[in-house]
Amino acid sequence: MSVQKAPDLKNPLPRGPLPVFPPERMAKTIEITLDGRKVTVAEGTTLLEAARSAGIDTPTLCFLETLTPVNVCRICVVEVEGSRALVPACSRKAEAGMAVRTDSERVRLSRRLVLELLASSVDVSTAPQIQEYMRRYGAKPERFGAAGHAETVAQPVKIDNELYVRDYAKCILCYKCVEACGVDAQNTFAIAVAGRGFGARISTEYNVPLPDSACVYCGNCIGVCPTGALMFRSEHGMRKAGDWDETRQTRTDTICPYCGVGCTLTVHTQDEKIVKVTSPLEQPITRGNLCIKGRFGWEWINQK
Amino acid sequence: MDLHFTNAAATPEEKAAIDAVVERNGGEAPRRSLLLAVLHAIQNRAGWISPGALNYACGLLGVPPAEGFGVADFYALFSTREQAPAVAHICDDVACRARGAEKLCVEMEKEHGPAGTNCDGKMWRRSPCLGMCERAPAAFVTVAGPQATEQALGAAHAADIEAALQGKRFPAGGAGASAPQWGQKAEQGRLKLLRRVGQTNPDSIEAFRDAGGFAALERALALGPAAVLAEVIESKLAGRGGAAFPTGLKWKSAREGAAPRYLVCNADESEPGTFKDRVLMEGDPFALVEAMIIAGFAAGCERGYIYLRGEYPEARRQLERAIRECSKHGFLGGNILGKSLRFEIEVCIGAGAYICGEETALLNSIEGRRGEPRNKPPFPTQAGLFGRPTVINNVETLLNIPHIVLEGGKAFAGTGTERSTGTKLFCLSGHVARPGVYEAPFGITLRELLEMAGGIGGTGKLQAVLVGGAAGAFLAPGELDTPLTFEGLRGAGAALGSAVVIPLDDSVDLRDVLLGIGGFFRDESCGQCVPCRVGTVRQEEILRRLAAGKPMGSVASELAVLKEVGQVMRDASICGLGQTASSAVESALSKFAIFKGRT
Ligand SMILES: Cc1cc2nc3c(=O)[nH]c(=O)nc-3n(C[C@H](O)[C@H](O)[C@H](O)COP(=O)(O)O)c2cc1C
Ligand code: SF4
Ligand code: SF4
Ligand code: SF4
Ligand code: FES
Ligand code: FES
Repeated sequence: MSVQKAPDLKNPLPRGPLPVFPPERMAKTIEITLDGRKVTVAEGTTLLEAARSAGIDTPTLCFLETLTPVNVCRICVVEVEGSRALVPACSRKAEAGMAVRTDSERVRLSRRLVLELLASSVDVSTAPQIQEYMRRYGAKPERFGAAGHAETVAQPVKIDNELYVRDYAKCILCYKCVEACGVDAQNTFAIAVAGRGFGARISTEYNVPLPDSACVYCGNCIGVCPTGALMFRSEHGMRKAGDWDETRQTRTDTICPYCGVGCTLTVHTQDEKIVKVTSPLEQPITRGNLCIKGRFGWEWINQK
Repeated sequence: MDLHFTNAAATPEEKAAIDAVVERNGGEAPRRSLLLAVLHAIQNRAGWISPGALNYACGLLGVPPAEGFGVADFYALFSTREQAPAVAHICDDVACRARGAEKLCVEMEKEHGPAGTNCDGKMWRRSPCLGMCERAPAAFVTVAGPQATEQALGAAHAADIEAALQGKRFPAGGAGASAPQWGQKAEQGRLKLLRRVGQTNPDSIEAFRDAGGFAALERALALGPAAVLAEVIESKLAGRGGAAFPTGLKWKSAREGAAPRYLVCNADESEPGTFKDRVLMEGDPFALVEAMIIAGFAAGCERGYIYLRGEYPEARRQLERAIRECSKHGFLGGNILGKSLRFEIEVCIGAGAYICGEETALLNSIEGRRGEPRNKPPFPTQAGLFGRPTVINNVETLLNIPHIVLEGGKAFAGTGTERSTGTKLFCLSGHVARPGVYEAPFGITLRELLEMAGGIGGTGKLQAVLVGGAAGAFLAPGELDTPLTFEGLRGAGAALGSAVVIPLDDSVDLRDVLLGIGGFFRDESCGQCVPCRVGTVRQEEILRRLAAGKPMGSVASELAVLKEVGQVMRDASICGLGQTASSAVESALSKFAIFKGRT
């Protein structure tokens, strides 16, 4: 194993500026029309933020406040007057005079189809958010046919380390884990997108097991994964055994005891046992990120 | 942050190949943007991208190996699995299919087994359009090793392909190798873009100069950048790469941004049925260099890139020689023609990805990243290559520039129609008597163009014409009087695109053609966004079921779902690939009774 110096990373993926959290507001405001209503927002506001501030719930899958928008899932699309195609609300900035429709026939059709395309190719059984959207938009993925008709990304679960599993049959390719492992948080670059088209997938180099990769088990990718494709081994095991029951779980915020940074931990317990650890996104310093000790260091407590 | 590598080590040969690329590029500060060139060097030397070679390359260029793998795995001409060192890529796209590609594939299978299998160090595979449709069927043969070869073969026979696989080198333009073709000689006097192609020796800078070369550059330097820009705006030149954006406005917008700025020539030419840019680059390479210097001068770009598709080895040789010659003669470098003008050109070779013709995917590819389109806005003129203001223009677009400089924008705009100015190159292939590149003033109708090319070939009975390539649309025999202008085709519910015109006779099974187009988009989607990544797969599945006469539910219900998939691809995809992936299919279904009665 060899270690080499990395390049300077001042030139990250060209996906626009990192979002500032909480959004930094400039004084100047502009007026746009949202579903017929005049709304005043700060310049630089995205259509998603504008919609949210107007109380319009816009679905998102690949967007997260703490990550650079990749605008790939297209569930958040809205109709902007004068634009031929729909635009992604999560990354499109409001411009003075823009007329936006967030719930037109076209918008609803695209959102429903995106959900149907996803759910017909990916196992969404541990993705409650997607299931909720599917109910909202009346998505019927079975229109594309059952197994044998519609190609899927089904594949065996990857269990190659003690701490977490990767079940890419559940991966919607939202790029969040890659971003969390890369410049947006961890700067480890253990995983990236490989292949292309329907064969595109999250992978280490040559698909080597995680222990052979650069992974340091910070679990930040697990923290951002919206589908359960990345899952604590504890949770995966309990689900398999039929023991996972969120109604019996409690969440307690505490400060990580391991070092002086003082990250906030949200400890999830079920029947007095710790089952996983997350960290709140709103925490201004750590933004939901932890290291291996905070994320997984509780394993020994359970074993006492 | 430190990079982490597995234990896999490069062979001395692989290392030498990688080092050579780094050295050729100045050695000192290896940069990520060398990744594509380095991957080509590895592939050419070893026949695949091995873990050891990738580790070594990533270490040198400072690229995390997982990302390096993601890049290598993106391109069709790179293999991340060990494979036969000699590979024949056989085109089975629309035009070649109409002229014997399937027969050739059968012969390949007989000789070398199923596609993709290593048979004594040789293998064959199917390929999308290789840009040699006028000499169908086409093949591209690569042999890795110390004496690596890359050859494009037109009118390919199994025997020639076999010889190429065994390392035989065909002379450029010689037996089986691809040579440029163009319109009738009688047209010579009226030709602008093609006037030197096939007439002037492309190897010689003197010949180029004797044939009027560099006159435009001299005039441009005398006029000054603002005046050149004004002429280009007045010419109403619109981009020839597909999107028809006004070139002058693009330059103006980039110029308004802060230096350094870049000029990128889009020579990826991968739209099925397109080969005009290849003919220009092979036949008149100095003209492109001259046009780029003028464009760089007017738009304020200090550095130019030519992004050339990997399947054009002859164009590459011609361009690299032309650039060397121009540097030697003071047309490129720090002090052009004694003026304090600096301009340099770098050639960047693609690796088998249609999507890299999309301008922002192309920028990512040059930067050593996966060829995934970027979100727009910001537009490349605002934040393009390496985040700098960038002008991206198609080869043919640029080759209009010297003419505009010499005759003036107003005179240029006098040719063609009000909204489509100048002359246009059309790529005729498929069932036409004389396939080739034809130049005609805008305004010519489809009927006139087909007549110019000798009329319908094959059975002589026209069934349909594919205009604009896979991303285009079908026109019916009753629509031959459509003018081939931007506005005329838009009026017919089609688009000029890259000016592909493929007539198909009545022996062609259109279901087959649609299946091919469906498969093309599925294979070429970058995979970034859901509507296109999954939508192209579902589109192909539905077409496959319909073609087999085994619809799920009824034909009508399948067509209804297909329509919705088409709409979400058009409405919600990130880039033009997904947005046009259903257009040919939809036009065919609306004009021809393709799946009628196939319950
Ligand atoms: C999928 C896709 C492929 C494209 N391929 C090419 C190409 O091979 N060559 C090209 O010049 N433009 C291509 N384009 C268009 C470019 O994005 C861009 O509009 C063009 O290079 C701009 O140059 P122009 O204004 O001179 O036409 C492609 C666009 C898409 C969406
Ligand atoms: S656990 Fe941390 S280092 Fe490992 S892949 Fe996930 S984000 Fe990257
Ligand atoms: S593993 Fe999870 S976070 Fe990563 S791309 Fe897939 S769904 Fe997104
Ligand atoms: S439309 Fe297709 S090719 Fe374009 S970004 Fe989306 S997945 Fe990639
Ligand atoms: S949330 Fe906007 S594209 Fe995914
Ligand atoms: S080279 Fe075969 S279709 Fe173009």
